[in-house]
Amino acid sequence: MMRFLLLFSRQGKLRLQKWFTPISEREKKKIIRDMTSMVLARQPRSCNFLHWKDLKIIYKRYASLYFCLAIENQENELLALEVIHRYVELLDKYFGNVCELDIIFNFEKAYFILDEFLMGGEIQETSKQMVNRSIEASDMLQETMEEYMSKPAF
Amino acid sequence: MSPSVPLQEMIRAIRSARTQCEERGVIQRECAAIRAQFRQSDNGGRSHNLAKLLYVHMLGYPAHFGQMECVRMIASPRYSEKRVGYLGAMMLLDEKQDASLLITNSIKNDLSHSNQYVQSLALCTLACMGSAEMCRDLAPEIDRLLRASNSYIKKKAALCAVHIVRKVHDLGELFTPAARSLLAEKNHGVLHGAVVLITELCERNQETLERFRKVPGTVPDLVQIMKGLVISGYSPEHDVAGISDPFLQVRILRLLRILGRNNEGASDAMNDLLAQVATNTDSTKTVGNAVLYETVLTVLHIKSESGLRVLAVNILGRFLLNNDRNIRYIAMISLQKIVGTDHNAVQRHRGTIVDCLKDQDASVKRRALDLSLALVSASNVRSMMKELLLFLSSCPPELRAQAASGIFNAAERYAPSQRWHIDTILHVLTTAGGDVRDETVPNLIQLITNASELHCYTVHKLYRALLTDISQQSLVQVACWCIGEYGDLLLRGECQETEPVQVTEDDVLDALETVLQSHMSSPATRGFALTATMKLSTRITDNVDRIRSIVSIYGSCIDVELQQRAVEYNALFRKYDHMRFVLKMQSSVFCSGSNRQVSPLVFLPQVCDLLDLLGGSEVTLQPIPAVGGTAPGLFTNTSSTTGGDLLDLLGGLEPAPPELSYLIFSAAPTVQVYEKAGVALTLSCEKQSDSGLTVTLTASNSTDSDISSFTLQAAVPKVQILANSSCFTQSKSFFRLQVNLKMRIRISYSSQGSAFQDTVQIDSFPGLSAAGH
Repeated sequence: MMRFLLLFSRQGKLRLQKWFTPISEREKKKIIRDMTSMVLARQPRSCNFLHWKDLKIIYKRYASLYFCLAIENQENELLALEVIHRYVELLDKYFGNVCELDIIFNFEKAYFILDEFLMGGEIQETSKQMVNRSIEASDMLQETMEEYMSKPAF
Repeated sequence: MSPSVPLQEMIRAIRSARTQCEERGVIQRECAAIRAQFRQSDNGGRSHNLAKLLYVHMLGYPAHFGQMECVRMIASPRYSEKRVGYLGAMMLLDEKQDASLLITNSIKNDLSHSNQYVQSLALCTLACMGSAEMCRDLAPEIDRLLRASNSYIKKKAALCAVHIVRKVHDLGELFTPAARSLLAEKNHGVLHGAVVLITELCERNQETLERFRKVPGTVPDLVQIMKGLVISGYSPEHDVAGISDPFLQVRILRLLRILGRNNEGASDAMNDLLAQVATNTDSTKTVGNAVLYETVLTVLHIKSESGLRVLAVNILGRFLLNNDRNIRYIAMISLQKIVGTDHNAVQRHRGTIVDCLKDQDASVKRRALDLSLALVSASNVRSMMKELLLFLSSCPPELRAQAASGIFNAAERYAPSQRWHIDTILHVLTTAGGDVRDETVPNLIQLITNASELHCYTVHKLYRALLTDISQQSLVQVACWCIGEYGDLLLRGECQETEPVQVTEDDVLDALETVLQSHMSSPATRGFALTATMKLSTRITDNVDRIRSIVSIYGSCIDVELQQRAVEYNALFRKYDHMRFVLKMQSSVFCSGSNRQVSPLVFLPQVCDLLDLLGGSEVTLQPIPAVGGTAPGLFTNTSSTTGGDLLDLLGGLEPAPPELSYLIFSAAPTVQVYEKAGVALTLSCEKQSDSGLTVTLTASNSTDSDISSFTLQAAVPKVQILANSSCFTQSKSFFRLQVNLKMRIRISYSSQGSAFQDTVQIDSFPGLSAAGH
């Protein structure tokens, strides 16, 4: 299973954090520090795989954001790269040419999309279209509910 | 979906803060406002407030006061509020917080909500942070959803079940029947979830694994699904770069691996499929390689037929040639895992692996080093070592120590000749002398000692290395020792194995003096150099005075160890000049595994008067072993059998192991103490000083035949610590005791092909009073 997914900028600012196991706040902060320092120190053309404690860390840089995914030892690293890529594609489809600012100002939506793609440290849906459809439907539900709720009662 | 304006405004405000302090101020104000809002009753902006709080939390600021708000929002009927509430629960609550229990009821209600998106929120949150109690509580609900709902919910329920099984292992029983039936679904999401669930159940419980394996088992179903994915036409919904649903394929392959492990029947059933996947999958993109990689892992872990195994290793070999660095890295990790079991198959790719030693990436280099060292064998050791030595000269510093020790191990195991072995070690010391372990020096010295035909070659080579560079301490230490030991061979000039070079005594002494005076030399190295200089005094003829002066200079050196040695060597020059020839004795044993620098005085075996021996036999003298705590490992020749013998010798004399001294020659009245089969031993004593006694033992051979391997070992009781034992200990302690001096001597030699050994005890010494002092 996957243990955690972190998104951070090139300056080390955290943009998204998803933890798939229960960890204390202090431990989370330490892991974030470790990951950012490890990944940011890597040479530009090196391998995308790292070892950290008993986990494999897969990282990939997209524009100004680093995507850092930790998987257990029996998982397939190459597939983890594909998982990261799939998530980026989903974000791109949703926001239309996604950039870091989109994720900063709409972080809760980034989480909602992630929650339709991964769950409990495993992949939930393998079809891009299905995930997109679910997100759209949920958004629609939210809008109609809000509209309905905010209509003045006569 | 329209963005949350209040949230975005706050984010903008925070980002525009120019300093950390300013940012903290903005956040404090915002948090205060949020807290106030939380206390108010329902207003339209609750979800915005919580979202703001979650943003602040992500920046690293405390947000625990939002936990109760999350609980309240989850219970709200509004979908927007539920959505943010559940998100907040996943971010702020975990199973350790008390508040998490409060949402169990809300989750339970939402699991049976009419709207599937509300259900999905509940399922997601449960799978993310559900505690063991919550899981136990809600497991029946999940099971119900697994069986009877739409595929959207089913796939989420499956992963929720996975989480439950991980938290509460016993509940696996509950989900097994449902899991099995899910394999018949068409929806890929549900299939994927089902495969993950079955994998989890099989990994946790051996019985469940057997049940899934039992004929007909799930293997045929999985094989069918895989075939459908691999062979069937293009499916736009699941296609990734020409591979149909790679995520599902990889998951199925992993499950097949678990089912096939150690099971012939299951492995047979999947052989064809694996071969098909291995050959048909397009390997131009990462996706295809991901599937191939999983296939290779599966093939190697089940009981596959040998043809399939070779195919798998060949795929890994192809990976090694891939341009993508990640793929090369993966290949090497996998090859490392199987190099033990499929050694020959991996050997075929040795060339490519060795090429990877030159890769730019540090992780790839490290893996290539591990693999190369594992692939060294008796047949390829020469070529491999060449590559490895080349690598050592250009490798990154963090890999040097590992490379050096790996090379040493490989050289030790597979060295084709002693000369090659010595050359290799010398090469390593020249390139990476600073990174080798401490035992290298004694190990190398032992190796050189044992290779007696190569002494001349070795000393020439080391001398030349010394002239070039004196910064590598291990190399310099070995070189000094060698020069001291075999200096005469060096000065003789001729050598079969290398070109002859004229070396004068002055040259050699110059070299040693450079080492002694250089600031690069460590104290240990200086010790070696001083000792070597001293040893040379017996091997050279013209420059003894020069040596004398060098040695006397160091008599006032600051370093205590050096000073001590110098003083003793000086004493040797002054008082025992006739004795110095014993420095000529080549040591046939050498301490191994010891870091202590050994003074050659230790090798003074004052037991025989050589000139007395008839028959002109060659005598190899063994030094008297020192047994005792203060001189650890000085003579530990792998096992302290000699030490053990000495204990035997002294059985009855003294319970504690004796601390021995060595004896010094002197002319004195002799008495014969032993005579047998033509070998006689005479003893004489002389009082040198008030506190010192010298005992001389002389052995003679009156037979017609030669005697060889003559060794004489002597032991005295512990209380007698004689003067020169200061070589062994830093603190001298002389004490006089009124004890009867006793000595036990063991003689061993071989004559006419048979070995003799005898022991004699001496209770009274000539020239001594009965009191023994």
